[in-house]
Amino acid sequence: MAIRERLSGNEAVAVAFKQMDLDVMAAYPITPSTEVPQYFSQFVADGVVQTEFVAVESEHSAMSACISAAAAGARAATATSACGLALMWELLYVASGSRVPVTLALINRALSAPININNDHSDSMGARDSGWIQIYSENNQEAYDNQIMSVRIAEHKDIMLPVMVCQDGFITSHAIENIELLEDDAVAKFVGTYTPQSSLLGGKPISVGPLDTPQFYFEHAYQRAHAMIESKKVILDVFKEFADLTGRAYGLFEEYKMEDAECAIVVLNSTAGTAKYVCDELRAQGKKVGVLKLRVFRPFPIDEIKKALSHLKAVAVMDKSDCFSAVGGPVFADVRNACYDLETRPQIINFIYGLGGRDVRVEDLKHVYSALDEIVRTGHLGKIYRHVGVRGV
Amino acid sequence: MSNMVEIRWHGRGGQGAKTASLLLADAAFNTGKYVQGFPEYGPERMGAPITAFNRISDTRCLLHCNIYEPDYVVVVDPTLLTAVDVTSGLKRNGAILINSSKSPEELRHLLAGYEGAVYTIDAGKISEEELGKNFPNTPMLGAVVKVSGIIPEDRFITDMEQSMHHKFANKTSVIEGNMNALRRSMQEVKGL
Repeated sequence: MAIRERLSGNEAVAVAFKQMDLDVMAAYPITPSTEVPQYFSQFVADGVVQTEFVAVESEHSAMSACISAAAAGARAATATSACGLALMWELLYVASGSRVPVTLALINRALSAPININNDHSDSMGARDSGWIQIYSENNQEAYDNQIMSVRIAEHKDIMLPVMVCQDGFITSHAIENIELLEDDAVAKFVGTYTPQSSLLGGKPISVGPLDTPQFYFEHAYQRAHAMIESKKVILDVFKEFADLTGRAYGLFEEYKMEDAECAIVVLNSTAGTAKYVCDELRAQGKKVGVLKLRVFRPFPIDEIKKALSHLKAVAVMDKSDCFSAVGGPVFADVRNACYDLETRPQIINFIYGLGGRDVRVEDLKHVYSALDEIVRTGHLGKIYRHVGVRGV
Repeated sequence: MSNMVEIRWHGRGGQGAKTASLLLADAAFNTGKYVQGFPEYGPERMGAPITAFNRISDTRCLLHCNIYEPDYVVVVDPTLLTAVDVTSGLKRNGAILINSSKSPEELRHLLAGYEGAVYTIDAGKISEEELGKNFPNTPMLGAVVKVSGIIPEDRFITDMEQSMHHKFANKTSVIEGNMNALRRSMQEVKGL
């Protein structure tokens, strides 16, 4: 039986962690993710969970504690944002390279400087090459569902990679919205118990993290990359099992009115909802528009994206971060790459949007669709690397 | 989503406009609605102008942006009338509700030519008389439910009573005052 509730995105994640009954949570507070360990530590204090809560002195230590706990066979998780993730940087690679299935709730926030507490994706996009699986969430429901599914993906014996579940800081983390929760026992049954094939403890203890000389490092790096390739199948299997349980069917991405669309926006996290709203308005005016909402960004579903965009005339890829390549954002680079092998490919432009919490309005997305409309009408691609919602441009 | 109602709250940091928006979301949720309740986050100084938002609908709200063309505006602090463009984008067939001891007619000249409905409620007075302190939240909540009609009034009162008994289980003395403040605010709105 689903439980009808209303929770903020942060509460939803804390409840997911509670229902999983983590073995270890190690966290250091940082806006806007602070509420996750705050609510969770209340569950610990109340004895609702049996979790060992490690109140560390920094995010570097939070991730270190999670890696160590996971290496010892525990189910370990943390939550952070922005500079908190940046301070974990060294350890993000240690987690994936050590093949420990740590999970992380990332409440997306802009990186300094100038200092800013509001939302964009510069934190997670900067970590896209760290060997973590990344799943993005449009709203509190997806943040909750993705967090529950994340442990099954991370802990799968063929994968053993850490997973970060991202949602937009404040926009969804601090907004109260309706949500359907699962019963505690349904979550407990779905996530099961983590039983590692090998760990620091147990009958056949192993070493984790010794020096890897040139005779071995490359093979390990290859295996990590291979696990990322293999993870797509496991992710889809877990999504399917979750759909059977809840009726909420998720894919690597969501195609919204894409079937007969001529123009589409590719976007992830909360703006996908606003884009669907604008898409509906334009559809009512007879415009053939759609939205492709990316959910799984690492591994990047290149073949599926290629297929989904193949029939389009023009595509705008939205980036809520800039990687300062001087040619466009990170989502754009991957999406355009996916289309390279198509015989006839859509015209593709990039919009940087919403940096540092700049509100992403209905008008902004209408502007994006009208830019696509102009490309289709004139056949002229124009500027590829664009910005929307910024003054003076 | 033609049935979606959008409400924008204007208050000052520390007055509880954010909490009021979350309480309204709760109340609407309890009647089976889909809700959003969220503040605009910035430098959270006591006394600085802040904005909070509600969307209330029969279907899930897809929009994740602030509200620029609200159906209703609620002003928790009347000194904001001369500091913030509170009627910006407010729909002509919507309404503004202001916490003030004055009548709607006395305040209309401060509303940048807004031609729609104006209501006032003396939330400070009700709060002081019923709760002994100036917590304008509860009376503002009652008044906005009255003015907007988004929640059936009887259902609202019953739900609020239940949730207060739950929330203040160890502090039942405050329940009566809060319930009185709610009932009075629904009766004492000026401009109906």
